[in-house]
Amino acid sequence: MIFAQIPLPTPRASSQGAEIDDIILATTLVTGLAFVLVTAVLITFCFLYRRRSEDERTPRILGSTVIEIIWTTIPFLIFIAFFVWGIKIFQVHLTPPDDAMEINVVGKQWMWKVQHPEGEREINSLHIPVNRAIKINLTSEDVIHDFGIPAFRNKIDAVPGRTMSTWYYPTEVGVYHIFCDQYCGQGHSAMVGKVYVMEQKDYEEWSKAHAEGSLALEGRKLFLKLQCISCHSNNSGARAPVLEEIYKKRVPLQGGGEVIADDSYIRESILYPLKKVHEGWQPIMPSFLGQVSEDDLVKVIAYIKSLRRGDIPVRTEQFYPPIGAPTQRTEVQSPKTNTENSAPKESVPKNTPKESAPKGGK
Amino acid sequence: MSLASVYLNRDYITQSAPAEPNAKASPNYLNHAYGWQSWLLTIDHKRIGLLYMLSVTGFFLIGMAAAGMVRYDLLKPSGMLEADIYNRMFSAHGIVMTFFFLIPAIPGIFGNFFIPLMVGARDLAFPKLNLASWYIYMIGGAFGIWAILNGGIDTGWTLYPPYSSKSAATNVAPVAVSIFITGFSSILTGLNIVVTVHRMRAPGMTWMRLPLFVWAIYATSLIQLLSTPVLAVTVVFLGVERLTGVGIFDPALQGDPVLFQHMFWFYSHPAVYIMILPAMGVINEVLTCFSRKNIFGYSAVVFSTLGIAFAGFIVWGHHMFLAGEGYYPALIFSFLSFFVAVPSAVKVFNWTATLYKGSITFSAPMIYAVGFIILFMIGGLTGLFLSNLGSDIHLHDTYFVVAHFHYVMVGGMVLGYFAGLHYWWPKITGRMYNEWWAKFSAITIMVGFSFTFLPQFYLGYLGMPRRYASYAPEFQDLNVLSSAGSTVLAVGYIMPLFYLIHSLFFGKIATSNPWGATGLEWQTPSPPSPHNFDKTPIVTCGPYEYSLTPEEAKAMAQAGGKH
Repeated sequence: MIFAQIPLPTPRASSQGAEIDDIILATTLVTGLAFVLVTAVLITFCFLYRRRSEDERTPRILGSTVIEIIWTTIPFLIFIAFFVWGIKIFQVHLTPPDDAMEINVVGKQWMWKVQHPEGEREINSLHIPVNRAIKINLTSEDVIHDFGIPAFRNKIDAVPGRTMSTWYYPTEVGVYHIFCDQYCGQGHSAMVGKVYVMEQKDYEEWSKAHAEGSLALEGRKLFLKLQCISCHSNNSGARAPVLEEIYKKRVPLQGGGEVIADDSYIRESILYPLKKVHEGWQPIMPSFLGQVSEDDLVKVIAYIKSLRRGDIPVRTEQFYPPIGAPTQRTEVQSPKTNTENSAPKESVPKNTPKESAPKGGK
Repeated sequence: MSLASVYLNRDYITQSAPAEPNAKASPNYLNHAYGWQSWLLTIDHKRIGLLYMLSVTGFFLIGMAAAGMVRYDLLKPSGMLEADIYNRMFSAHGIVMTFFFLIPAIPGIFGNFFIPLMVGARDLAFPKLNLASWYIYMIGGAFGIWAILNGGIDTGWTLYPPYSSKSAATNVAPVAVSIFITGFSSILTGLNIVVTVHRMRAPGMTWMRLPLFVWAIYATSLIQLLSTPVLAVTVVFLGVERLTGVGIFDPALQGDPVLFQHMFWFYSHPAVYIMILPAMGVINEVLTCFSRKNIFGYSAVVFSTLGIAFAGFIVWGHHMFLAGEGYYPALIFSFLSFFVAVPSAVKVFNWTATLYKGSITFSAPMIYAVGFIILFMIGGLTGLFLSNLGSDIHLHDTYFVVAHFHYVMVGGMVLGYFAGLHYWWPKITGRMYNEWWAKFSAITIMVGFSFTFLPQFYLGYLGMPRRYASYAPEFQDLNVLSSAGSTVLAVGYIMPLFYLIHSLFFGKIATSNPWGATGLEWQTPSPPSPHNFDKTPIVTCGPYEYSLTPEEAKAMAQAGGKH
């Protein structure tokens, strides 16, 4: 925390980050000073001893053992100091506290799959509470990746066949980059995500909506299974309104008027979609009357209510496979019977495994 | 007689080089035989050196083109190229530059050409083996270029499995074969030079009278001999796993991916010193010559050279601090990495001290040499961030690393190579190049280089990872700056091609010793005769007696003076 007062060019959001910034800055200062000194001497010599006449004689200086010993020892001692300081930080990096909350992360080409202790799962994002130690258990399904969060000044390789671990103590609420730092193939630069550091209560709320068995998460599965996502997607070519943050908002209706998107309106829209159509959209939604049980309806509504900005999955995303399971093949569990019966006629082409991975590069 | 002319004709090392300017009368190594056979079947170390120069230049231009594509892609955050193309480009750049340029360049060209001249021998110990090395290098190189042009490889030059052994659908096996072949060239050249230095030194050329360039190439050759076989084994293992599915590195086949990293870096870290030590050797020759001084602390420089060569073998694990090599290995490798920085620092101090009370001129080679010291210092000092277990956590695998090793490789090795090229060009070709253009290109290279790579240190600190075809928008400004710098750098690289070729036809005829240097190689005519020396030279003093006149040197030798 020596240099804590210096304004940062890039966000820093973890307690270890301050230590690492300190050592980087200290190394910069010491090496910078050494560089400036030696360069100054070098340039001074170049200027002072430039050849003034072709007849110049130079003294025969062969060296000096004393000087050699001095300038071997001094750098060595400085290096030792930095080495010892570095060990301290590295030790902290590798030893999470016992009470840390454990989150499992699996890298695969080319995405990060995150599993929380209560069963919440997410892809390419990591929601964590602020001011609480977070331990990451990391592995990879295929090749070597590296789970790096620059704002935490932290990274560690995801090595297949091993579980690596690291930890953070996030100190600032915010959204920061997750980068894959170890080259892993075509989609390496697309293997990025966001870490959301939230207040404890926001995290709990998020967690509730995403926990295994929670109404919202069950509803999410149905939302995908019933192919709602085919039209209510975040894609540019979507054929129906994006439902993020729609709950309790005013919805303008075709033919004038508006309605508050409360539980009953959402319910009505699923069962009798053509009754009140959102302004600006084609009335093409099929009715799900008789195809969704009341229990399921509650779950879907809970999911829609829980949607926040950016929560709607991309259209091609399917069920999460169980973490650690062999992927590719199990990725697409297309619910055949359901799809055939209940999916809208103009349903998009079946998702293929290839599509289900985020496209690499661009 | 003015002292200047004494310097230009110093002849205190007993030997009978033809006096100027009758070099024309006796045939030199360039004009004593003609025809393609006289070149492609030559066993003259000087001609083989030129063969290396041609091929190394070719590979350099290919590597440069790939680098140009990389910098082009990074002009905008979403990337200008397909990710697939970008990945092939940075891989091609790394593989071509490392295996076909950085490693063979100075030992292949100047090592071949000047080691026999500097130790007072007629040729290398095994002239035919020497030619064979070049052919092996060309076969490996041609195979590599074929693999790169024919589909390419997208693993990066580090070839990490299981990506390379399982996942990559590109030419991994052919490139592995080409690296395997090229390795033999490296081993044989090393062997040749080690034997030459041990067995073929002229009378009086004791170990502690060897020019420091010879020491540097000798140390390099030892590293080549001892480490390259490990690379060969590694790529064979990789090829076997990829082609037959025998598990060595892939955990799905009971292998260990970190084992590959240990084996790969056991070669590739010493390889960094294969690249930089020869350049350091060149700098010793150039600095002493253009400041007319003895090197400060000859034995300190020799021992730091050997120290670097030795310590280079025991620091490979600093590439894997975060790859799961374990806590104690990380500790030890971090310590040793700091340790290896000491001899490099000692060298810089000795070079600086050499200039003290010198008589310094700034011919093109000297400008390159001073540039080398400054840029190499940045490269070396930024290495301390990465050998440190604390700061490496944040900087590992970011652009900081990219900038760091380019400062060592380009700011160090390439500038050292250009310093040597300009220093020895009159000896090799018998012609002087245009001094103004040479200085201009030196400055252009350094400016372009700094604009390219200084921003990358900062990018790395901000967190931009390596090998990204597309990146977060906030990194764009620095990337554009870096790409702009790289075009300046490219212009700087291309200029020598023109003025050096121009000098071959229109350059002033070079005297045998245009810089007034003391080395044995300058006691031969420019260009040297096919058999190097008319009479075996007898060496009576150390390599850098710039402050003595020939008479004084002779007198000192007779009195049994130091060195």
